[in-house]
Amino acid sequence: MTDAPLLKVRDISKFYGARIGCRNVSFDLWPGEVLAIVGESGSGKTTLLNCLATRLMPTSGTIEYRTRDGQMRDLARMGEAERRFLMRTDWGFVHQNPADGLRMTVSAGANVGERLMAVGGRHYGNIRETAGDWLRRVEIGIDRIDDQPRAFSGGMRQRLQIARNLVTAPRLVFMDEPTGGLDVSVQARLLDLVRGLVHDLGLSAIIVTHDLAVARLLSHRMMVMKDGQVIEQGLTDRVLDDPREAYTQLLVSSILQV
Amino acid sequence: MATPLVVSEVAKSFTMHLRDGIRLPVVSSVNFSVKAGECVVLGGPSGIGKSSLLKMVYGNYGVDTGQILVEHEGQFVDLATADPRSVLAVRRVTLGYVSQFLRVVPRVAAVDVVAEPLVADGAIPAVAREKAETMLARLNLPRELWQLPPATFSGGEQQRVNIARGFITDHRILLLDEPTASLDAKNREIVVDMIAEKKRAGVALLGIFHDDDVRVRVADRVIDVSAFSPRKAAA
Repeated sequence: MTDAPLLKVRDISKFYGARIGCRNVSFDLWPGEVLAIVGESGSGKTTLLNCLATRLMPTSGTIEYRTRDGQMRDLARMGEAERRFLMRTDWGFVHQNPADGLRMTVSAGANVGERLMAVGGRHYGNIRETAGDWLRRVEIGIDRIDDQPRAFSGGMRQRLQIARNLVTAPRLVFMDEPTGGLDVSVQARLLDLVRGLVHDLGLSAIIVTHDLAVARLLSHRMMVMKDGQVIEQGLTDRVLDDPREAYTQLLVSSILQV
Repeated sequence: MATPLVVSEVAKSFTMHLRDGIRLPVVSSVNFSVKAGECVVLGGPSGIGKSSLLKMVYGNYGVDTGQILVEHEGQFVDLATADPRSVLAVRRVTLGYVSQFLRVVPRVAAVDVVAEPLVADGAIPAVAREKAETMLARLNLPRELWQLPPATFSGGEQQRVNIARGFITDHRILLLDEPTASLDAKNREIVVDMIAEKKRAGVALLGIFHDDDVRVRVADRVIDVSAFSPRKAAA
């Protein structure tokens, strides 16, 4: 592992007209590092995530990504085709609503296999075998490989979306409230799964969540956002156990204890 | 003798923004060090800041001023100012911590909770698991519990999982926050032996022990935390 950041973000701002989406966000993300972005609804965390993942064009600032050949590349200067290729292969994006990240009317196996074909997989048997292997890893029975995700529960759909994203062995995965709409028992299973996969695959990930327990469980480092700005950041357990800013103290003290 | 942990001029206060921003001073002018093979115990009455100090040394609480120097892979790292990545590297390799309570992760079996620090540092999972089982057996955790997540365990059982997890590594510095608090006499005895073994192996230990008997037997030195506390004047 080379000792260089995977992603370098400098002064990213996004304005919607006069309204602020996010303002002056800078950070480095290192290989194998999981960063949580927390804050309440409307704090700009999803806007920031979408800017980072090139799904939105930032108003100002730069984002550089270290591609597999070791070069730092400015994402804004990459061609559209190259950026798409990156998103299909080296990156993953897990949406809160699985229907946004899956194709609901093709089979589970095809949902996973499709990303493999995008990186040049052509042998049907191999693709099906790899897809089956990934369904097993995300705890979906192999007997469901030919079913459409429409027939899956919310938790299963979310696991399928994760399999679809990870099958190409991406180096960076973006997740937007990955456990958002799920029951707590289903959440626990998914969190455990994500935690294991991130560790085993040495993934870097940026996870947007409003759930501080999710941030504690999954992330090494976190950023707290309010009104579009990062107001506090640092080691996850330090920010949660010794919050400095008034807003972070409010967030932490608002967690219900069970 | 090597001194892998040096705490120098540390001060810490909490600012409670939800309580009109009142400032609660915790400690100031904290100076001490721990040598290899030595067990230093933080003493003083309840609420004087012993646990807070231990958390600062682990990098879990921030500090206002001062340095917390930890010898990590031949260099001193200042945990008071190190970036998150460096703090995590220090914890992975050099600095271990046994907390009072186990923070359980849903669905993870006790044996894997114990093996995790080794796996995180690159050990082969099967080897780490084997060592974890040895630790759990030594601490008399019933074998039928090993494959279960510790969420439903008793306080004493969770504590033993926690101790096994903290003692499984070869970290050069180990922080102990009341590791024997909820243990019976027999298991307390085992933990005292385990601490003695760590000392012989040259590990620097810093701990809090409320049990007088245990404290007397493991401590080479006691540091009175009330000397660093602003409340000493009031007391």
